[in-house]
Amino acid sequence: MQAASRKLLKDGLWQNNPALVQLLGLCPLLAVTNNVVNALGLGLVTSLVLVAANALVSLTRNRVNSDVRLPTFVMIIAALVTIAELLMQAFTYELYQILGIFIPLIVTNCAILGRAEAYACKNPVAPAILDGLAMGVGFSLVLVLLGAMREILGQGTLFADMHLLFGEAARNWTLTLIGDYRGFLFAILPPGAFIGMGLLIAAKNLADSHIAKRQQDTTTSTKESRRIRVTGTIT
Amino acid sequence: MMNSISSPHLHGGNRSQKIMLLVIAAAMPGLLTQLYWFGYGTLLNLMWAIVLGLLLEAGVLLLRQRPLGFFLTDGSVIVTALLLALALPPMAPWWLVSTATLFAVVFAKHLYGGLGNNPFNPAMAGYAICLIAFPASMTIWTSPYAYLDLADQWLWFWTEQGQLDAITQATPLDAIKHLQGNTVDEMWAANPDIVAYGDAMFWVNIAYLIGGIAMLLLKLFTWHAPVAMLASLAAMAVLFGAGEPDLYASAGNHLFLGATMLGAFFIITDPVSSATSRQGKLIFGAGIGILIYVIRTWGNYPDAVAFAVLLMNLAAPLIDQYTRPKAYGQQP
Repeated sequence: MQAASRKLLKDGLWQNNPALVQLLGLCPLLAVTNNVVNALGLGLVTSLVLVAANALVSLTRNRVNSDVRLPTFVMIIAALVTIAELLMQAFTYELYQILGIFIPLIVTNCAILGRAEAYACKNPVAPAILDGLAMGVGFSLVLVLLGAMREILGQGTLFADMHLLFGEAARNWTLTLIGDYRGFLFAILPPGAFIGMGLLIAAKNLADSHIAKRQQDTTTSTKESRRIRVTGTIT
Repeated sequence: MMNSISSPHLHGGNRSQKIMLLVIAAAMPGLLTQLYWFGYGTLLNLMWAIVLGLLLEAGVLLLRQRPLGFFLTDGSVIVTALLLALALPPMAPWWLVSTATLFAVVFAKHLYGGLGNNPFNPAMAGYAICLIAFPASMTIWTSPYAYLDLADQWLWFWTEQGQLDAITQATPLDAIKHLQGNTVDEMWAANPDIVAYGDAMFWVNIAYLIGGIAMLLLKLFTWHAPVAMLASLAAMAVLFGAGEPDLYASAGNHLFLGATMLGAFFIITDPVSSATSRQGKLIFGAGIGILIYVIRTWGNYPDAVAFAVLLMNLAAPLIDQYTRPKAYGQQP
């Protein structure tokens, strides 16, 4: 059990990261990561929905006929997203307005449906929740990293407007990294998101190749296969 | 297009280095005319772009473990730097030139695999990214003759200190775009400085045309792409200007203002990022001409060569797919 949980965590955070390896949920990922607060907001909501969806799908897995499983998943996810949306309207209304359409669009985030189909509907509740958590945190980390990169490059600040998420106390968390910065609009616009994402994937592949090189003598070679729309190698 | 282009081939003996040197030489009339009218800014752009471009190229080559000497001396970085310097406004400060060079050399060229593998023209990619990122700085152009002396320009280049208002103005293409209720002729009559600017741009374009014809005679490229581009641009201008000549720039304006000739002979003829076959080059050039007209007339940016070239670069593989020449004896 211990080894299995560790593998789940490792998969979600690194080996099979939904953003960097599976390349799922790219639309919100690229669209809202122009600063840290947007990225973190969307990451938190997505993670919550992911964990809850995995739990519910896992709970109902023996009662749902496999012919209608996909509609069931979508209904569960849509209900959860509606709840998340109402919660955001209640507690972080300004952020809800900034993220706009990308909150309802979490329903269509392939990462969530993907986990329900690939893991939650075949496994008990506890591992399913852990899997959702690992995937959600992995996705959020990439979101925040990309958001930080783009905020620093685009505006010269870090953690601006955090009060939208954490209340008035966070209003002065803003770090101005580059004073008197005129802004690099390119990083804020969608092309900057694509290039930033490409650089992150490249960095991950570079790190992977270094790790592989270091482990080369200790591990035996396994059969590898490549999937379409996958940047890493799945063993 | 009827000529046989199948084997056997005779090697022309042109190496990249020689071609690049000839391109640089052919751009000299244009560069000198631009310096004469718009000041030393272009020269500083050029120096800094070459120095930084070579450094970046060396850095990436080291990272990619490629031979330094061979690639640094092929001249391609210098051509990229030259095209960037010519395209960037003369009042570009150092960070603007640096950003453009960084994106041209590292992102547009080496991340795609280096010289010969880049789908986009590196200089135009660097230029377009700067235009998107810094629209204000990218549209400051000096008035003809009224430029800074070398010392002041040097100071401006590194620190951005100096009086700009007296020496900068709107470009003619910009003025035609924002007529504010006037006709084109009224705009010319009311703004002698824009007329002077148009005259200067005319001579700059003529200089590029001369350099381009020289390259054509040296057979550095075929006539297809440039002629198709200029013809389609002129045809668009005639077609859309015919109904309301008062509100549209004339074909002459389109051909001899902005970066038209620089684009036609120095940018779209890039053998790497353009279409390959002769028929393909015709389509490629015509597409660029049409896009330049569309973006200049109805788009948001004053000039359009960079965006038009990048869009057609994107289409070049598709064009190649459908215009593959038949080999001798091949069934249709």
